[in-house]
Amino acid sequence: MSDKNIGKPVPRKEGRAKVTGAARYVDDLDAPGMLYGVTVRSHVARGRIREIVFGEGIPWDEFTVVTARDIAGTNAVALILNDQPYLADRVVNHAEEPILLLAHEDKYLLEEARRAVRVDIEPLPAVFRLEDSLAVKEIIWGEDNVFKSYRVEKGDVDGVWDAPGLVVVEGEYATGAQEQLYVETNGVIATASAEDGVVVQGSMQCPYYVHKALLKLFDLPEDKVRVIQTETGGGFGGKEEYPSMIAGHAALLAWKSGRAVKMIYDRAEDMTATTKRHPSRTRHRTAVTRDGRLVGMEIDFAIDGGAYATLSSVVLSRGTIHAAGPYNCPNVRISSRAVATNAPPHGAFRGFGAPQSIFALERHLDKVAAAVGLAPEELRRRNFLRRGETTATGQVIGEEVDLGALLDRAFELSEYQAKRERFTRENVGSKIKRGIGFASFMHGAGFTGSGEKYLQSVVGCEATSEGRVRVLSASTEIGQGTNTIFAQIAADALGLDYERVEVVRPDTSQVPNSGPTVASRTCMIVGKLVESAALQLKQTLAGAGLLREAYTQDDFARACRVYIERNGALKSFSQYKQPEDIEWDDEHYRGDAYGAYAWAVYVAEVSVDTLTYEARVEDFVAVQEVGRVIHPVLAAGQIEGGVAQGIGWTLYESVVWADGRMANGQMTNYIIPTSADIPPIRVHFFENPYAGGPAGAKGIGELPMDGPAPAILNAIEQATGVSFNYVPLTPETIMEALERETVKAC
Amino acid sequence: MKETRTGTDETRRGADGTRRDNPVERPGADGARGQVCVRCTVNGEAVVLQAYPLARLLDVLRENLKLTGTKEGCGEGECGACSVILDGELVNSCLVPFVQVEGALIKTVEGVADGERLHAVQQALIECGGAQCGICTPGMVLAAVSLLERNPRPTEADIREGLAGNLCRCTGYMKIFGAVVRATEERMKMEG
Amino acid sequence: MRAYLPAYELVVPRTLGDALAMLRDEPGVWRPFAGGTDLMVLLEAGKLEHRKFFSVRHLAELRGIEEAGGYVTIGTLTTYTEVRRSPLLAREFPLLVRAASETGGVAIQNRGTLGGNIANASPAADSPPALLAYGAEIELISAGGSRWVAYADFHTGYKQTVMRADEMIARVRLPHPRVEARHFYRKVGTRRAQAISKVCFAGLVETDGGVISEVRIALGSVAPVVLRCRRTEELLRGRMLDAELVGAALEEIAREIAPIDDVRSTAGYRTRVVRNLLAEFLTSSF
Repeated sequence: MSDKNIGKPVPRKEGRAKVTGAARYVDDLDAPGMLYGVTVRSHVARGRIREIVFGEGIPWDEFTVVTARDIAGTNAVALILNDQPYLADRVVNHAEEPILLLAHEDKYLLEEARRAVRVDIEPLPAVFRLEDSLAVKEIIWGEDNVFKSYRVEKGDVDGVWDAPGLVVVEGEYATGAQEQLYVETNGVIATASAEDGVVVQGSMQCPYYVHKALLKLFDLPEDKVRVIQTETGGGFGGKEEYPSMIAGHAALLAWKSGRAVKMIYDRAEDMTATTKRHPSRTRHRTAVTRDGRLVGMEIDFAIDGGAYATLSSVVLSRGTIHAAGPYNCPNVRISSRAVATNAPPHGAFRGFGAPQSIFALERHLDKVAAAVGLAPEELRRRNFLRRGETTATGQVIGEEVDLGALLDRAFELSEYQAKRERFTRENVGSKIKRGIGFASFMHGAGFTGSGEKYLQSVVGCEATSEGRVRVLSASTEIGQGTNTIFAQIAADALGLDYERVEVVRPDTSQVPNSGPTVASRTCMIVGKLVESAALQLKQTLAGAGLLREAYTQDDFARACRVYIERNGALKSFSQYKQPEDIEWDDEHYRGDAYGAYAWAVYVAEVSVDTLTYEARVEDFVAVQEVGRVIHPVLAAGQIEGGVAQGIGWTLYESVVWADGRMANGQMTNYIIPTSADIPPIRVHFFENPYAGGPAGAKGIGELPMDGPAPAILNAIEQATGVSFNYVPLTPETIMEALERETVKAC
Repeated sequence: MKETRTGTDETRRGADGTRRDNPVERPGADGARGQVCVRCTVNGEAVVLQAYPLARLLDVLRENLKLTGTKEGCGEGECGACSVILDGELVNSCLVPFVQVEGALIKTVEGVADGERLHAVQQALIECGGAQCGICTPGMVLAAVSLLERNPRPTEADIREGLAGNLCRCTGYMKIFGAVVRATEERMKMEG
Repeated sequence: MRAYLPAYELVVPRTLGDALAMLRDEPGVWRPFAGGTDLMVLLEAGKLEHRKFFSVRHLAELRGIEEAGGYVTIGTLTTYTEVRRSPLLAREFPLLVRAASETGGVAIQNRGTLGGNIANASPAADSPPALLAYGAEIELISAGGSRWVAYADFHTGYKQTVMRADEMIARVRLPHPRVEARHFYRKVGTRRAQAISKVCFAGLVETDGGVISEVRIALGSVAPVVLRCRRTEELLRGRMLDAELVGAALEEIAREIAPIDDVRSTAGYRTRVVRNLLAEFLTSSF
């Protein structure tokens, strides 16, 4: 193993193509004889389909029309419970639910046709609020609207409440939906026929999810479905499960028409019809000693999954496990539920449930600190998890972890103490109120619990006779840098130049299933497989007597050439094996929830204008321990981008619902931060190599989404004196609260 | 509608650079009803294009000329992914109707590099990590190039303002600012 | 693109005379099309109901910023960028320049025109409050001639104006404000750029020894039209500014506006912010 590439800011593999406009995204591609496809959707949140009327003035005989009746296989998107239909048949369960598909070669006429289809739906009572679903105001899914529930038990939480000398603090916290708003909308191109099978190329995170879904939809053998990822303009979770839907739709139209079909959503359709972050509600009841030691935590966590189960159970799982944070508390109970509402299904979004439950905890701990008269940082210092202590699921922390040091560094970089004092002093009589706050948290890398064991991910490496190496994996480059870090890892494993390694575009006919590109697993889990597959190439050559211990790149190339001449090809595959010390009990939700965690302390400085009630983040410091940093520029870019999304979720991005439909599904009205809104973000890494990751790396993709919301609201509490417990926190909400305070003060 | 005729006819532009009065021609018999022909110069090449008069410049560039580097992010002038430089000014090509580009000089992302040599902005975006998923990058390149053409030494506030019409969901903008600063420095070095 | 493009026309008249003749011969059939920053958005969404347009962008006589006869006259096709770059406007009409610089991003500012912004008649437009505060007049031209109307009388209801079907906007003129006037502008849109206003406040005040000799207040996004707050102005004009007067003015302006709840904000927020900004405007002007 060399150290030539890891830790160095090598140029992004596809950087040149991206800055010159040469990179080809799905909408940049055509196929011969291609039609365009569109989706006719429900305008009603819940109801029975009475009739579909094809309006006048459209040459309907020129159109390919697909309904649920045209589906040869199973009319369900294969995921976990398989309860979501590709096309509604008889009933609809959310606004924007797909009912009918149309294809035509004239995309302008196609829009006329889409407008001319009228679906007559008899409305049924619908449920839009999480609390109404929990209260079973109407049964809209299963027997009780509950997709999934978990219970984590540690110690004896019931025994702590009456113990003498404890302070009990309760609180309720909630978070709203958030749109991923990748700048490239969902899109695919499909071809399909009985002879050649189904081929879909498009924008996606998880080619093998799409592959699995298409197998079931068409009831085809594995080799008759091929899925190819095109250059993908952002995902953030939004292209984890949804591409299986649009891919199926385009493939159904292609199958029926016998022509290639391109489906690209416009922004309005992408925003209103596809997934968003799950809204959540968390209740905390915490027992703490007067000197600030956590004794008992009872947490009730609920998320709104929308109309179908889709990924809600696993989002709930991650949110549940992260709900008690990086603190050592002997008695913990976390009860959680994911429930149905008649909104479009909520889905994967960076952080995957953890930002929701961490928001609640990190707001709540400021409240707990105040209740026992401690500074927020002092309360946390007294309870930070240390090596040898256990998380809520009973996972013993085996690695060295020093959250106190992260806190020190974050406070030093942000001048936290000095600013906190200064703002308290200067806010008196000022129209602009300033505040500074922080959050400390952890984020587990890889699939939860036994997830990785079941995934059995595989990565391949292939050498050419010129001594170049190709990495074969289904892990997608969606902007986060997969291509670049895989090449760095393989190059260092083999002692090669970065330029000699190429990462093959994910295509299910060419690459093995390395699992989905989600869950902060690409670097740590899949990257480790890249490393071991690369090392196996070397061993193969050494085993064949072609490569000595010390070798040059020319020696390597020569060895490859000879080996390939003799054996035809030089390939190696590496499959995930769960480390023996990881144990997880799925039934009781106990054990080693994740192979490793990244740890972090984030500090936000805010200002609140008391004329307009607008809050702004003025400065941001993100300090984290992430194992070895593979690529300093890409890693910092991940953190900065995640923090910006977190700032958006906290202060700007409000999904306005009207009867289960997003009413502000335009970029003009759902506002994400612009370059004028993001403060300087200062990123600092602590590196503590993790043995289970490639060259010691852990996962970082989701981590930065967790900290901003609570840090910002903690800062706003200092600025305004008001404890806000909901994000997004809009100026309208700040105004209402400050007006209430004014009334109280009078 | 896909027909593209490429020529070198520069006579549409008068000697003083102004446009001729009646710029729009009806298409030949082969054209779809209602479509019109327009002459303009794209990345230095004179072209004659045919499309509906209200067709978006974005679609004409992508479909007629296959210049797919210009991206659609929102279709409502909000995200800037479709930015091009039209007669020296940054515009959202999704908001420019086809007939209004008669006689215009258009620069898309494909025309920014000098052959194989990248523009300082492009090079800096790669080095500084200013491009992640890359879908906003072409628009960001043109916004930055346009900014530097007008203001060769922008302050941080100038950069933030100059790029405020170009939304990026990946980077949090820090590395894009860094890239513009580096490109500025590189250009100043080159100019001595 | 949700519109059926073959159904739309955008023709290019040779001259302004030809354009006006189209309006005369088929009034209501043809409408002018300038920078497209509003109309193309509606087109994309399939919501552009009108189908026949003529482009005016190439008509040079509709451009330019001139100073003459006690007015500064601005051609209808003047873009926000041109407004921003005009030293004359920056010196005399800073509210207009602020409004232009806070409208959209650079690319929008390069295409969007002052006349288009007025004709589109959106109550959330950013430059109209500044124009109202400056007492702007608008020249409407037709084949039959031209007339000047006070901008304050231009909007008659939500997206309704006094403009006849055979007319179009040619120019906007602004009387020179007095040198002593203090100018106040605040756009409230939550994010710092590319925002649609929740509230837009433009104010102009002249004082004489503690007495308000002249005041103009115009607001965006708080009524079906951009609103000149005449009753509040009247209450303030000629009065000595004190806490009592400020209090009365805040009550008056809250009665004068008619904000709504929509996807961007609430009526309650808009009212509160208008009151706060009025208080800030008045107290910071002394």
